[in-house]
Amino acid sequence: METKCLECDASVHVQDDAVVGEIVTCPDCGADYEVAALNNGTVTIKLAESVKEDWGE
Amino acid sequence: MLERKSIGILFDRVRWEEKELGRQLEIRGLSYDMIDAKSQVLPLDGSPLLSLPQTILGRCVSFYRGLNLASVFEAHGIDTINSSKILDVCGNKLLTSQILARNGVPTPKTVVAFSSESAMQAIERVGFPCVMKPIVGSWGRQVVPIRDRETAEALIEMREQLNDSMQTIFYFQEMIKRPPRDIRCIAVGEEIVAAVYRYSSAENWKTNVALGGHSEPCKVTPELEETILKTVNVIGHGVLGVDLMENPESGLVVHEVNGTVEFKGAQSATDYSIAGRIIDYVTSKRSKLESPRETVKAHTD
Repeated sequence: METKCLECDASVHVQDDAVVGEIVTCPDCGADYEVAALNNGTVTIKLAESVKEDWGE
Repeated sequence: MLERKSIGILFDRVRWEEKELGRQLEIRGLSYDMIDAKSQVLPLDGSPLLSLPQTILGRCVSFYRGLNLASVFEAHGIDTINSSKILDVCGNKLLTSQILARNGVPTPKTVVAFSSESAMQAIERVGFPCVMKPIVGSWGRQVVPIRDRETAEALIEMREQLNDSMQTIFYFQEMIKRPPRDIRCIAVGEEIVAAVYRYSSAENWKTNVALGGHSEPCKVTPELEETILKTVNVIGHGVLGVDLMENPESGLVVHEVNGTVEFKGAQSATDYSIAGRIIDYVTSKRSKLESPRETVKAHTD
């Protein structure tokens, strides 16, 4: 599946087996996106949260 | 009305681990919900949350989010793995070290201080070299070796200037003269399901896989088994990532226990599925929960 980077408009590839919540990265500008919805072969992305101080294991 | 699933995976970011846990549920023919922690809107009155599964495996990357959600789920009668009590202890290095030390689990000497004025006294109590760590945080972030007084003073001053009250809680730990590796054990309940050495990369003294460290299989010795058993019995039974170092003077010491363990690195050094073992543990707990309810029903009938 393909979608457009919300920052630089580059094409962002999303694997067919992707799931909601997975992170994809724009190959051009490096922006991180979260897969927000998957619907009949189309994908919606939103900007991913940035790493916070309490993130980890 | 939608059928209530028996198992859910709580996430805020789906990593390899969460996908693998889902795959293992599918292999076992179990339906499950992926629950996005970021979209939860929950009442606090304890009323049943029938739209959520009866058992939830917490996999939040955000410690505070995972901890508070576990607390709410538990209040609503949802079985949460790990429990909020375990998450609270594991997410706070001060609490972890305190519980380990007070219960006779071998752990590095650790001293804490609560202001920049008293921080140097704490370092002197531990002695040089030592390691400064934030009490909340993971992946080796802000973990700094301190080898002399000058560096210590500079680091304390920097923390003071960050204007964050968490940064003025100082945690100093003795530096163990370990080989360039530590041991990561993944324990489910009382069982060790994986043990690997984590070697630091050439560029970094830290062994975190997130920082380029790599894993190799580690033999489970009687000492390792005993130390892990002691650890899980004081921290609580659940799905834990226990990190240990080999102290040439005293043997194994536990320096960290992770409540939302990442296991992609450990999986690369293990033949069987770690996620599968975690799912088997979760489903066995689920079965135990269901049995007493059936008994009660039989009595009331």
